Amino acid sequence: MIEITTTRHNHLIDPSLHIWGWEIPVYLFLGGMVAGMMLISGYFLFSGRYKETNCSCYYLPIMSFLLLSLGMFALFLDLEHKPYVWRLYTTFQITSPMSWGSWILVLVYPILFASMLMRPHRLLLEKIPHVKKWHEYLHSKPMLIKYLGVVSMFFGAAIGMYTGVLLSSLGARPLWSSSILWLLFLVSGLSSAAAFVHLIAKNVYERELLAKSDNAFLILELFIITVFLIGLSSNSDVHAKALDLLMTGKYAAVFWVFVIGMGIVIPLFIQLLAVNHKIHHTPIAPIMVIIGGLILRFVIVAAGQYSHWYVLTN
Amino acid sequence: MAYLSRRRFLKISGASIVATAALSSASGIVKGAKKIEEKTGKQVKGIQKIPTYCSMCFWKCSAIAYVKDGKLWKIEGNPEDPLSNGRLCPRGTGGVGAHYDPDRLKAPLIRKSERGEEKWVQVTWDEALDYIAKKMNKIKNEYGPESIGFFSHGIGGGFFKHLLKAYGTRNIAAPSFDQCLGPRDTAFEITYGDVVGGPERTDIENAECIVLFGSHIGENMHNTQVQEFSKAVERGASIIVVDPRMSTAATKAKYYLPIKPGTDLALLLTWINILISENLYDKDYVEKYTFGFEQLKAAVSGYTPEWAYPITGIEPELIRETAHEIARYIPHTLVHPGRHSVWYGDDTQRGRALAIINALIGSWGRKGGLTNQDVFDIPSYPYPPYPKPERERADNPGGKYPFGGAEGYTTGLREATLTENPYPIKGWFVYGTNILYSLPNTQETIDAIQKLDLLVVIDVVPSEIAGYADVVLPEAVYLERYDDLFAPYFKQPFVSIRQPVVDPPHDQKPGWWIAKKLGEKLGLQKYFPWKNIEEYLDTRLKLAGLSLAELKKKGVIKGPKIPLYIEEGFEPEFETPTGKIELYSTILAEKGFDPIPKFTKHEDPPPGYFRLLFGRAPMHSFSRTQTNRLLNNVMDENEVWVNADVVKRLGLKPGEYVRLKNQDGVLSNKVRIKATERIRTDCVYIVHGFGHNARMLKGAYLKGASDSQLITKYKVDPLMGGTGMNVNFVTFETEA
Amino acid sequence: MARFGMVIDTAKCVGCADCVVACETENNVPEGYARDWIKQVATGKFPNTQLEIRSERCNHCSDAPCVTACPTGASHFHDVGGIVLVDHNECIGCKACIASCPYDARFVHPEGYVDKCTFCVHRVEEGLDPACVSVCPTHCMHFGDLDDPNSEVSKLLNSRKHHSLLPEAGTKPNIFYLI
Repeated sequence: MIEITTTRHNHLIDPSLHIWGWEIPVYLFLGGMVAGMMLISGYFLFSGRYKETNCSCYYLPIMSFLLLSLGMFALFLDLEHKPYVWRLYTTFQITSPMSWGSWILVLVYPILFASMLMRPHRLLLEKIPHVKKWHEYLHSKPMLIKYLGVVSMFFGAAIGMYTGVLLSSLGARPLWSSSILWLLFLVSGLSSAAAFVHLIAKNVYERELLAKSDNAFLILELFIITVFLIGLSSNSDVHAKALDLLMTGKYAAVFWVFVIGMGIVIPLFIQLLAVNHKIHHTPIAPIMVIIGGLILRFVIVAAGQYSHWYVLTN
Repeated sequence: MAYLSRRRFLKISGASIVATAALSSASGIVKGAKKIEEKTGKQVKGIQKIPTYCSMCFWKCSAIAYVKDGKLWKIEGNPEDPLSNGRLCPRGTGGVGAHYDPDRLKAPLIRKSERGEEKWVQVTWDEALDYIAKKMNKIKNEYGPESIGFFSHGIGGGFFKHLLKAYGTRNIAAPSFDQCLGPRDTAFEITYGDVVGGPERTDIENAECIVLFGSHIGENMHNTQVQEFSKAVERGASIIVVDPRMSTAATKAKYYLPIKPGTDLALLLTWINILISENLYDKDYVEKYTFGFEQLKAAVSGYTPEWAYPITGIEPELIRETAHEIARYIPHTLVHPGRHSVWYGDDTQRGRALAIINALIGSWGRKGGLTNQDVFDIPSYPYPPYPKPERERADNPGGKYPFGGAEGYTTGLREATLTENPYPIKGWFVYGTNILYSLPNTQETIDAIQKLDLLVVIDVVPSEIAGYADVVLPEAVYLERYDDLFAPYFKQPFVSIRQPVVDPPHDQKPGWWIAKKLGEKLGLQKYFPWKNIEEYLDTRLKLAGLSLAELKKKGVIKGPKIPLYIEEGFEPEFETPTGKIELYSTILAEKGFDPIPKFTKHEDPPPGYFRLLFGRAPMHSFSRTQTNRLLNNVMDENEVWVNADVVKRLGLKPGEYVRLKNQDGVLSNKVRIKATERIRTDCVYIVHGFGHNARMLKGAYLKGASDSQLITKYKVDPLMGGTGMNVNFVTFETEA
Repeated sequence: MARFGMVIDTAKCVGCADCVVACETENNVPEGYARDWIKQVATGKFPNTQLEIRSERCNHCSDAPCVTACPTGASHFHDVGGIVLVDHNECIGCKACIASCPYDARFVHPEGYVDKCTFCVHRVEEGLDPACVSVCPTHCMHFGDLDDPNSEVSKLLNSRKHHSLLPEAGTKPNIFYLI
């Protein structure tokens, strides 16, 4: 038996680290979903299929803008020293993923605005002459749309990866010490974004297309999760102990039931039936995927904070 | 104050006879930190350093308090101080928290409902003292002045002792004797004609082998001893710890002997037998200084390791090996006499065995043993003589306990109050001691209180006993007041001063002021001839050839060095009937007690029960410091130490809250289980001082469990009235 | 360049927490928080239990992950001795540094910025020991320049067995514990 006693009982630190509550998981989820949305809309812009993929190319930038802003607001709420938030933008810290992230987010907004110019709201077109001018300019240059697609994909991927790298760079938390957490969050973001289109797209072709892609993303996600788990278990004892939190420990029930079961496997099963026309499309499946993606962030953030280099006692 | 041996007592009272009339008043002395610049009239900025001595425990280390921009900032040790050597313990450092404690008493209170309900009317000092004086006069008229009793702890109680002696009572008692070191000092007094003292004369610093019986140095944070112990560890001294619990000290020991509780005397007698029978003792020393060796030799011959093994649970080989280890370093071995020694009711006899083994290894007056001590002679203030009480003290009627008594018998005073025998006690003063948590059997204390016409509590925090008071007088904490000079017996004689560093934050007053004001209301002006405390202190210091101004600046003034060891010219004198160290005690034989200690077996816990042991944590003192937010921050509740196997066997969960239930069905507050590999399976352990149920102690209310609540049973030492408290058994009640 | 660190003798430490209390008063640490703490680790079976008592705090790592994680540069190495400090006016309270510290040595000060042990840089710059070191009644703590082979701390490390905390976390901690 190892018996550890300590006089320390710092708020948010003891008995186990819990500095991040709901704000960071929400931010990571929304960031990931926006990343997915930018990748999807960017891809369609790049491939010139923006006419068929109405929803992806016209609604997603607006949704991205809203969700990203919501996510950043959550992030802002999490900051403990709010009046100093501007300090993020008086410096660039090359080693800090958070510094990278805050600059990337700033660069993402112009891309989203440009994407929105593909089909601005009627009121904007009528009221603001510049919007109309730029809108027409964009549509007069197909190559520009292609570039916009590429840039959108590039920054989408950057955000998606960043949400994972942000955690995995924090080596003090063994659960996050995985070289593929960025990929997991990226793919999970993609699947949530695809599920979102699947949910709201009116165009049958687009809906089908995104449902199919979502299935692919979900399968890929399962694969990545497997690699993630195996990776941790074959790392050091400390990492294996951290993994136990998800496999059998404190967070296992939520992880297996809500993330794997209801967030991936069941909706995947439903959607596979739907795309093979065995059943009708149902909004339940994509909703489950989106909620599953959110819970994934909650579980990873919470369990990761709980995981520790010290041998966990009791 | 430590219990004074006869010789010590004579020395101090003798000095006061020499004292002459009061000298000129000490005007113009700055009180505490300067707040206003005289020239500019502006607030003083920056740092001021003010020396004073600490009151967070009874060790009284000298300190330097830092005041920054008029506010108390931090406290460091005074490098000139021979006790602390410039380094305080956590409580001393945390003394800042006593000043800022939000739970401290703020104004005088008079009770307005049942005792113990803690409902009060806040009054002015005049109202409070008038109320007390009226009641005291009534008691004096109806029952006589001896009918007031006083429980006191700490140097600040001195002014109230003086007041009450002037009033006409000698019924004064301190739990520091009967509930703490009484048996040990009585045993050494009987054996050596002198006490171990406090600060102890233990030369831990230079010992090559140190034996600790239950002394948890490092957990009991007696600063000098801890510092010396640390040096001994660094030197690689051989340490032997005998304790049912693996104390911090035990984890640093070469030999840890996990003895069965209550059997220390068996081990000691066996060691004594081995030292004698194997000719390992210091023969020259024994021959020169001791009396009764042959009787001792005969008396202990039957105590073999094989005999001791089933009793103590210590393997015979280990007993032999440790006896040899003790002998190997003669005369630089120290068998520490301990301090808190009220365990099983035969504690003075165990203390005798400790005294005897130290004599056999020749430690008294030897380097690494028990050194010479002396005092910086400061004459008492030349007061007029006290009135002679008409009746004998009520706490030891008929001289029931032939020994001890210099500090009074606390439980004797309580019993007299309860039984009105030999006469009624109708008023209590309680200064600086939470007697509901220091005296065993709380209910007995509460019952005695119900017999009183007046209970006055003078304290800094609203302790449990304050909750039962008729009048609560809030004293300024030590950082806000003067107190009497401190000049203890020590290996380096010195005198130190306590002086105010900051002002009391509310309507608190220093003890000397309260005593003087009350004295004046009682018509005892002639016993308070000094105008203020500075005048009192300056008078005493001038009689010793010092000045208040000098001491205020330095904080500590050292006396000349004294020879510590026989080798340095110390000539021990033993004020026993034989003039020698009495291995065989003539005085015990005369009074009808065992002249050489005999082992007696103590009751084992009934099945399913565990012996309740208690001790200290280094960051708290008694039940006085739990609301100090700085100390609370490092320990805010106690845990019950239970052997990990027992926890498993009983199906308890480590860290879960349980209640302890004692043999009389008394339940404790909730306390967390510490499942540990650091205690035997037949006992449990808690740190004393927690589990407060006084509601005004907001920062500590109901946090942890109180051993005092569970100590309903106690065994009285027939020699000196000490209350053996390790005789209670507990079991666990889990929450449904 | 100096590299400040501590060498703490666990054999002498009794776990009294004086270091913790001294830090609280010296640095005015808010109530309920601690920049340093005592950890006691007991192993083995009674009565052969082993106990290590440690006074712990920020390790002022040479490869401090908190410094690399900080998005604003608030967490930084001080010019003198590589002490890791937090500039309160640059800290946004994102807590990435807290999550990056394997010792959990940091916390959010009630005023919003992240706080931790400073090795009492204000004292060190005056040639004094940190408060915790200077008060320790057992003299079990030592502070000094680990890069100077003649410093007390270097000599202690050369003459005694020692370990640091979680060296496997790869942060190059600068506090060492003598066994």
